[in-house]
Amino acid sequence: MSDVVFGRLRALLGTGGVDRDSAGLPRATPDSADALSLVCRLAHDEGWKIRVEGHGTWLPADAPADLAVSTRALDRVLSVSPADLVATVQAGTPLEALRRRLADDGMWLGLDPPGRPERSLGSVVATGTAGPLRHGFGPVRDHVLGCTVATGDGRLVRAGGRVVKNVAGYDLTKLQVGGFGGFGIIAEVHLRLRALPRADVTVIARGPRDDLTSAARDVLAAQLLPATLELLSPALAAEPDWTLAARFVGTDAAVQAEVRRLSVVGDLAWQPLPADRTAAFWGLVARGSLGGPITLRLGVLGDGVDETIDLLAHDLDEGLVSAGAGSGMIRWTGDAQVERLRTLRRLAASREIPMTLERAPWALRRALGHFGAYREGVGQLVGRLRDSFDPGHSLSVALEGVE
Amino acid sequence: MRPELIDALGHIVGPRWVRHRRAELATYTMDGLPTRESFPGVVVMPGSSAEVRAIVRLLHLTATPFVARGAGTGLSGGAVADPDSVLVALTRMNRILEVDPVRRRATLQPGVVNARLSEAALPHGLQYVPDPSSQAACTVGGNVAENAGGPHCLKYGVTTNHVVELEVVLPDASVVRLGSSQGEPWGPDLVGLFVGSEGMFGIATEIVVRLEPIPPSVRTMLADFSTVRSASEAVSAIIRTGIVPAALEMMDRACVQAVEASIYAAGYPTDAAAVLLVEVDGDPDAVEAESRTVIEILRERGAREVRSASTPADRARLWQGRKKAFGAMGRIAPDLAVQDAVVPRSALPDIMDRIEEIRRRHRLSISNVFHAGDGNLHPNISFDRRDADLAGRVQLACREIMAACVNAGGSITGEHGVGSDKIDYMPLIFDPDTLAAMRAVRLAFDPEERANPGKVVPVHACREWRATPAAR
Repeated sequence: MSDVVFGRLRALLGTGGVDRDSAGLPRATPDSADALSLVCRLAHDEGWKIRVEGHGTWLPADAPADLAVSTRALDRVLSVSPADLVATVQAGTPLEALRRRLADDGMWLGLDPPGRPERSLGSVVATGTAGPLRHGFGPVRDHVLGCTVATGDGRLVRAGGRVVKNVAGYDLTKLQVGGFGGFGIIAEVHLRLRALPRADVTVIARGPRDDLTSAARDVLAAQLLPATLELLSPALAAEPDWTLAARFVGTDAAVQAEVRRLSVVGDLAWQPLPADRTAAFWGLVARGSLGGPITLRLGVLGDGVDETIDLLAHDLDEGLVSAGAGSGMIRWTGDAQVERLRTLRRLAASREIPMTLERAPWALRRALGHFGAYREGVGQLVGRLRDSFDPGHSLSVALEGVE
Repeated sequence: MRPELIDALGHIVGPRWVRHRRAELATYTMDGLPTRESFPGVVVMPGSSAEVRAIVRLLHLTATPFVARGAGTGLSGGAVADPDSVLVALTRMNRILEVDPVRRRATLQPGVVNARLSEAALPHGLQYVPDPSSQAACTVGGNVAENAGGPHCLKYGVTTNHVVELEVVLPDASVVRLGSSQGEPWGPDLVGLFVGSEGMFGIATEIVVRLEPIPPSVRTMLADFSTVRSASEAVSAIIRTGIVPAALEMMDRACVQAVEASIYAAGYPTDAAAVLLVEVDGDPDAVEAESRTVIEILRERGAREVRSASTPADRARLWQGRKKAFGAMGRIAPDLAVQDAVVPRSALPDIMDRIEEIRRRHRLSISNVFHAGDGNLHPNISFDRRDADLAGRVQLACREIMAACVNAGGSITGEHGVGSDKIDYMPLIFDPDTLAAMRAVRLAFDPEERANPGKVVPVHACREWRATPAAR
């Protein structure tokens, strides 16, 4: 079977377009949206299951399948427009390479997702994993103007556009951002960018968690506008105590003014991070989410952060936690049994807190699903949408778990 | 409309909230688009979510199409119903259910008028940001349907960036709650999908929105230019500095003259080719410094004069002409075709030249007032629809302007929606597979296609998608 798949893929993409992964599974590496759609159509027509991969640095490449489709050869920045602050980027482009390319033109993407610097843009978009900058610049969806997606049966859908304001037709982009690949494979993304900030200052405070969460509330009440207001667990920040990190980006004047105002809010001892350590600090936070096999995110507003971290600590462990003190998101990384996670999801749901499984081995993804505890009627809607975008159920994606 | 259905609707909401006589229906034959007119079969005005659900169940059982309507200020013909359809007017559902200043959330019914929401948030130092020009009349439910924008969306985003949770009555009368007030969806982003679906996925009966703190300091600047090109270039120059203005609006000479000839005169220079309105907000020191930079750029780019205001009263004066521009244009001729299109910001100077060329060739009166910061154009054509030749030229010009914007890499609508007005333009920007994907999404919400039928997606232009397999 594997040789048949390999041969068909090679006939379709040429020798350069297919290899085998470490376990010998045929792996297609299309280098254009059209080639990607051809692979999907072939798999659909043959009834083969597809595992979707980027660079393999975030979700483990372990979903059962007849072939893998990797976006690693879709790694080009197709266009950048500094005057419009937009870019079109292939999904397999590594984040760090993208960051450098944009900086060359004085542009910046306001996203600092967890994971390694070589993580692909498509992985971030498909899993909707924003990092601490979410507080000031919004979730992943706010950065995506449009995308080109190959559906499970190989049609190309070109959602949205390249302009910053657009209400033509339904907003199909929203289905793909954070859809975990259940509605197709993202080939290209149109990004909304910002001018490279003139100033980028991180200020940190350390102490007991209660003190920090209450300080965060003061910061918000004082109507300061940090780009990030993130609470980091001792294990994540590699410190003996909890850390609250406020990051300000923008023009020199705005950043200086905010930092000045911060120093007079509350009684925390804020320490500015030396400029040459800022990138390393946030890089550590991003990589911290890889410190265990499972990453969860829970949607909770600032006033529920304390209670929800208590819940995590009680049901799992305090572990590697990064929590947006204002933006409504807690990310936990560690290890846990499936039953524990099921219980946690149920408990969280009873408090109106959605829990998304961001990252886990296949067995756990399959059991628990990226999503769960849907409200009434939502599961049917999602099911119908999946049937439309992946009619042959070719995409090996566990959006929902099996009880 | 069948009398039994009218009776049954009366049983649900009470007979006084059902309108079916021709004279009563006349109020509902149009929305803000002057070129599409149709009598709905009957108008029903529910007062609660339960009544909406009962109405939709009745319409489901009787296979009756329906159109949800807010204040009817939409500009794409989206809230106009055919005679075989029931128009569900949501204006009675106008209660703000909760303002939570700590979590910065408001929960409201769809018929709440946009401006009232910000008024309710004001005592808490908060505001609801999306501010369409019709905000004194339009409803938040309508804003959700259209994904409405407004001048202050440049920095803060449009409606979709502010809606976190929705209660929706689907066309089969089931009720779903989409999204979460906590800011993370339960599963795929169905709120994001619903916002901007133009009433074709169901009726939102409860809306939870984010509120934003009112910035401590705001500065508004008004600059006038002797060419539209230099004003357009100033727009890009400002954005390139990294300053994100709260608003960046442009008015051309025709617009300024219309405003200044009206009761809304704001003291704008009538000999200017273009006027830019720039607003920066935030920390007072930052606003001070950023305003200095903005003024420098405006001057460098050829601004003749820059006026600046910080107090609410002075700022309101500078804004007045912009906010009332559409009203002022209404005085010029009986009808106004309010157009809406988007181009990449860098294409602004060329597209403005192109619109002027189209205007001259078709001998029309066009005034431009628009959100320059995000390239969202509103070339407005004053005309009299009783003059058939003139109306024909207006249609031609609109089509040419759309084609020009699409060729420049833009879109056919930035905030007014497709409705029935722009349905024929959809194939200009979407291929048959993408249009079919839209239809497939619509079918997931509304398999019988009874909610606002015939709008947005030109069904004939969709490539056929395979039939979906049996339920998963």
